[in-house]
Amino acid sequence: MSAYETVIGLEVHVELSTATKLFCGCANEFGAEPNTNICPVCLGLPGSLPVLNERVVEYALRIGEALHCEVLARSIFHRKNYFYPDMPKDFQTSQYDEPICADGWIEVDGARIGIERAHMEEDTGKSTHVGGGGRIHDADHSLVDYNRAGVPLMEIVSRPEITSAEQARGYVTELRAILLAIGVSDVKMEEGSMRVDANVSIRPVGATELGTKVEIKNMNSIRSLGRAIEYEIERQTLQADAGERIVQETRHWDEEAGVTHGMRSKEGSSDYRYFPEPDLVPVAPTPEMRAAAIAAVPELPAAQRARLVAEWGISEHDARVIVATPGLAAYAQGAVDALAGGTAKDVVNWATGELLAHGNETGAEPADWALDPAGLAELVGLVAEGAISRGQAKEVLTGSLAGEGSPREVADARGLAQVSDEGALGSIIDDVLAANADAVEEYRSGDDKARKKKRGFLMGEAMKASKGQGNPQLLNRLLDERLG
Amino acid sequence: MASALDLAAAVRSGARSARSVTEEHLAAIDAREGEIHAFNLVTRDEALAAADAVDAAVARGEDPGPLAGVPVALKDNLCTRGVPTTCSSRILEGWRPPYDATVVERVLAAGGIPVGKTNLDEFAMGSSTENSAFGPTRNPRDTSRVPGGSSGGSAAAVAAGFAPLALGSDTGGSIRQPAALCGVVGVKPTYGAVSRYGLVAFASSLDQIGPFAATVDDAALLLDVISGHDRRDSTSIDAPPTALLGDGADVAGLRVGIASELTDADGIAPEVRVAVERAAAALEAAGASVERVSVPSTVYGLSAYYLIAPAEASSNLARYDGVRYGLRVEGADVEEMNAATRDAGFGPEVKRRIMLGTYALSAGYYDAYYGQAQRVRTLIMRDFAAAYELCDVLLSPTAPTTAFAFGAKTADPLAMYLSDICTIPTNLAGHPAMSVPFGLGADGLPIGVQVLAPALGEATMFRAARVVEAAGVAS
Amino acid sequence: MSEPTPSARITRADVEHVARLARLALTEAEAEEFTEQLAVILDHADDVAGLDLDGVPPTAHPLPVTNVLRPDVRTASLDRDEVLEAAPAAEDGRFRVPRIMGEG
Repeated sequence: MSAYETVIGLEVHVELSTATKLFCGCANEFGAEPNTNICPVCLGLPGSLPVLNERVVEYALRIGEALHCEVLARSIFHRKNYFYPDMPKDFQTSQYDEPICADGWIEVDGARIGIERAHMEEDTGKSTHVGGGGRIHDADHSLVDYNRAGVPLMEIVSRPEITSAEQARGYVTELRAILLAIGVSDVKMEEGSMRVDANVSIRPVGATELGTKVEIKNMNSIRSLGRAIEYEIERQTLQADAGERIVQETRHWDEEAGVTHGMRSKEGSSDYRYFPEPDLVPVAPTPEMRAAAIAAVPELPAAQRARLVAEWGISEHDARVIVATPGLAAYAQGAVDALAGGTAKDVVNWATGELLAHGNETGAEPADWALDPAGLAELVGLVAEGAISRGQAKEVLTGSLAGEGSPREVADARGLAQVSDEGALGSIIDDVLAANADAVEEYRSGDDKARKKKRGFLMGEAMKASKGQGNPQLLNRLLDERLG
Repeated sequence: MASALDLAAAVRSGARSARSVTEEHLAAIDAREGEIHAFNLVTRDEALAAADAVDAAVARGEDPGPLAGVPVALKDNLCTRGVPTTCSSRILEGWRPPYDATVVERVLAAGGIPVGKTNLDEFAMGSSTENSAFGPTRNPRDTSRVPGGSSGGSAAAVAAGFAPLALGSDTGGSIRQPAALCGVVGVKPTYGAVSRYGLVAFASSLDQIGPFAATVDDAALLLDVISGHDRRDSTSIDAPPTALLGDGADVAGLRVGIASELTDADGIAPEVRVAVERAAAALEAAGASVERVSVPSTVYGLSAYYLIAPAEASSNLARYDGVRYGLRVEGADVEEMNAATRDAGFGPEVKRRIMLGTYALSAGYYDAYYGQAQRVRTLIMRDFAAAYELCDVLLSPTAPTTAFAFGAKTADPLAMYLSDICTIPTNLAGHPAMSVPFGLGADGLPIGVQVLAPALGEATMFRAARVVEAAGVAS
Repeated sequence: MSEPTPSARITRADVEHVARLARLALTEAEAEEFTEQLAVILDHADDVAGLDLDGVPPTAHPLPVTNVLRPDVRTASLDRDEVLEAAPAAEDGRFRVPRIMGEG
């Protein structure tokens, strides 16, 4: 039992999926040739001026709504002044003490984590470092691409209410799911459209004052986030136990080595000299703007999960998988709507099992699978009516996903059918019992162990006699009836 | 020299060719530019080509626009596509913008003929054009005197007859003060009336572009052309005053206030005060009523300005770091390169203001300096609002004295800053104001009287200015 | 951002700190001169610092306008070659700078 408790705050930067940048009409696109999406405004050329993208405000209001935030009646932009080559103006236009949204929360595994603020700001360009293995400190020189400069970001800052690496991962996972659901970003950490920085501190259990916080950067996946925080907690714990002072600093997560490194810190902390951006006017969301944002927020993941658990009778875990996988909830809903036989639970079993595996292997999204929701409903129906066994259904599924046709067509083509006719199966059982009278005798006179063994043998014979097409549940029942 | 209005009419009617008008002005430039140094660059070939295009349009029976064939000088902090725009600074020496400022587009669309980029105090910081990295401009009325600043080159160009029209920028008086010192008309419009897109920023919440001309009507002509909403400038007004030309000079019943704190300020030369009184008398004779009106907080204007303007400037000028354009002085690392570039590229006044501004914004000082200055700004706006309950326009001196000698104020920055005491308050308030020539001082140099109006009050301001102008010519 | 009125005159150390923040490599002479000049100017500014303006809101924008927005529609970008031509140094379609020491 640790003598310390952990306090974590997360800062998440999300690139919004607008067509154009925050303050100009250059394309907001990932992966373009360097410096092809630039103009006087995002390059910060002398004389250029910013004009705010209305869709960014719309998305910001949607995010505020989805994160249960207060929307400020009036918010303004501030300039954050510092020099860095990837910043065309050597200041970043951001928001400071009048952000568009504040005081929200999200629920993570039943716990409510507070969100301090969500604000709009512009992204910087990207620099690559040449020489010295690509690491900034050993580089000979750097090259700067301003395509990303001016891309709209939302910075979402949690309150320091997260208490473990696992909860941190849960927070980011849930936040991701929400942002995907409201359609404001593709939140791909590996592409940088979602970036997470963690502020980690420890303090003696029960203490109320916060310990010295350390900022961790460069975690490129949710898994990295967890590993980095765990490492950092351990590092700080060791330091504290040894009586050493924990230094307030920014540390860089090294994925390969599995450690955080202190970065060469500049003398003194940065003085950003924030002041209100004079080239922009305040944003005062109108009732129409707010109503549009509310209307654009669909059923959020938490509510969706709860509804699926209640309506479909599935587990929390399955609901989580369905909702968290892009496109899967819509797919499953389509199948459930088309069911003629079988249950929603059956649909979910297939969706979270074999189908999810197929999606992961091929990288194809549910909307692109060869088996569409109606097809899945058909498959479930075939199993429910006993036309094929579940084992056979797996084979049928593989065939359908490979494009061989609908489940019915695949079953026919492959000669997969299940015999569920009582009469037919009854006579098979009779034949088997007649042909194996000694086994029957041993069953009837034997102990539990012998009975189990003989029954298994007889069942196997019956399945063989039915060429593997006997409905197993039916065979079982008939066998038990005949054996007495 | 003929007025811009007359020239445009002549060109449009075919009575004169744009080319001949342009050649005439280029000849005037050739004759005296060596002495005056109004321009960083004379764009001779471009001007003649533009003139030919106007003539071709006229020949086709098309209307080339209200500025048809009229030469216009452009302050060298206005972006001109493909033409060097230096802000009279070494850090932008040779830089060619890939785009035109909105006002430049409008001048061109109206048939105007840009003839060159005029000299200024570096990055528009100064009141004498002595802070230019490329040498000062001389006052055409007396070449031993400064033309004022920061738009000294534009004022001198009009005063010397190099162009009937010029554009300048005004952040604390940089159009009006040089207009007064050179004996021409200079106008700072309501903040937001003219797009700032393409004006190299000095202090964003104060900067405005405005016209220089020899007459009030010529200034109205140019202001009408450049005013208007621009989607590329978020601070641009939807419907600024236009159609100022031809609005006449009817001031019957107009209430005129003499701004007492500005007119009575220390350092205002008695002869300048007298000019203001006489201008007021002329308005009274034309049917206006005159009284003294107090605008108390204007006494804090200078101090507030010298906190707000440098603060915004320090941020606006951060982009000059040697990375993307302009001067680069190499360094072992980027930080060294930035610092070496900026130290070599900026002159002392620019450095001073960047330092001042950075300090005023820095941690621990924001509230006391920048924050307070923004509150003083509110006070000034409130005091003007109260004053404009009592009057429709205000009068004051433009500059405290006539043009001073080179070097007279360069030893003490504060002495130079005091040149702007009468002009600064209107920038802080966002109001329009203009300088109208009104007679000469004892040294034979021009005096300017400032006419001020509330936001969007340009029409009234121009009407009063016409009366003052007429009286000034007579005086 | 709330701090008490500064009472000390701007010092040489302040000037050097500010020069670093502003990326200005001042010479010895410049630093001396600026310290003196800035002190004089700031003395003047102290008449503003000393005013009691509690309850007077700051004016950041002279215009009483809000919500100036543009549609999320693409407009033309600049030609990369034209832009890089103006660059002091370029390589591989990007702006080249000497090595970056600290993180921003």
